[in-house]
Amino acid sequence: MPTFVYMTRCDGCGHCVDICPSDIMHIDDKYRRAYNIEPNMCWECYSCVKACPHQAIDVRGYADFAPLGHSVRTIRDEEKGTIAWRVKFRDGRVKNFLSPITTQPWGTKIPDFRNEAEPSDEMRNSELLAFEPKYIRMDDGGLHTLESNKLSLKAGGEYHESL
Amino acid sequence: MITNTPIAALNAAGISYDTMQTYVMVMVALVIVMTIADMLHKKSAKFFFESADAAKKNAVKSISAGEKMGIAASTIATDVVTSGEFHNPVRRIVHLLTMYGFILFNASTAAMVFGANGADAMWTQVWHVGAIMLAIGSVWFWFVFKVDVAAEGNSPFSIDIRRDIFSLSLMATSITALIWSFNGNAMGWEFALVILSTASLFGGVYWSKFSHMFFKPFAAYDKRIRKADGSAENLPTITRDEPEQQQRHSMELLVDAPMDMGLGIKREAPKHY
Repeated sequence: MPTFVYMTRCDGCGHCVDICPSDIMHIDDKYRRAYNIEPNMCWECYSCVKACPHQAIDVRGYADFAPLGHSVRTIRDEEKGTIAWRVKFRDGRVKNFLSPITTQPWGTKIPDFRNEAEPSDEMRNSELLAFEPKYIRMDDGGLHTLESNKLSLKAGGEYHESL
Repeated sequence: MITNTPIAALNAAGISYDTMQTYVMVMVALVIVMTIADMLHKKSAKFFFESADAAKKNAVKSISAGEKMGIAASTIATDVVTSGEFHNPVRRIVHLLTMYGFILFNASTAAMVFGANGADAMWTQVWHVGAIMLAIGSVWFWFVFKVDVAAEGNSPFSIDIRRDIFSLSLMATSITALIWSFNGNAMGWEFALVILSTASLFGGVYWSKFSHMFFKPFAAYDKRIRKADGSAENLPTITRDEPEQQQRHSMELLVDAPMDMGLGIKREAPKHY
């Protein structure tokens, strides 16, 4: 059972629901506490563990991750810009780690793409884009629309190529 | 309006204070019995003590009685009195409104009923202020912060009685009490709704979240004790504040960085369902 929630610690804030890349952390209908709805689909990415402001989520690691049943717990301290890990082995040995998660105050270095220079012809014709879909159209054509890309909408919001 | 005296009016309409006292005592008894039943059913007390014993074995240092007193005092000051558990300041305000509204409303009811003086000017005003706070807090919570609404995008109008009995009862108790008072119809349908709401609030403890008010302070105290004795639920205890940690090779990138980097994912409410 990969992630699980300590019910007495969880206050149902929803951060784990928000961040889970597999969309398997949800709020229990009756108790309004988070829980892992599909443990088999959890790949122990620790996103929810780190996002939880109350450290209410823990991971019971698979044998490939925690071969001797050791405990791995973490605290992501946003204000300090660090993440700390504590590994406790079954024989009682403890290892502590502390690493940066950002080197600049949060949100201060988000690039404004409107002010960035457009890609040059050389970049557009680069072989690095050889396998990109043609719909990207890194050329000087007009407005990119579904029609100009020979696409049309179909029920359900998906699109398909109109031939 | 808040000078209306609904309890005195009820007494004047023929309900004696003895009858009211009996009803209040029945409600208190229901809360006690149902909380114990809830505890036995969920085995929460058993889990709590077993978990505390396990933590003791992992303790790095022992805590003196004085330190325990200090931890208890800070738990009361932070977690109990000011709902420090909530990181979202607005959510915290909502909880404080509901909590103090509930306390004021019930304390003033008890004071008037057991003092056999439903016309007491001060308690009557406290009763109304409490009911208004409770109504604002519980309705605010219901439409904005109820977690399946806030985090899962469910409609606030999708009701599950078992899940929502506590919130609904709080809302119903405060709103029907205010309507009862303002309409001045002591023995009318408004009073029937007040009785129904309070019976659901205090009689539904076994199924509702009511008993969290008894458990949460112990859980908060336990959390602080574990931090103080070094067991810390196996969580890391090292931080960037410690000079020796600042010397770590891994921390070189943060040498010139401010100690407060602001908020990252917590800058936005978790509503990206």
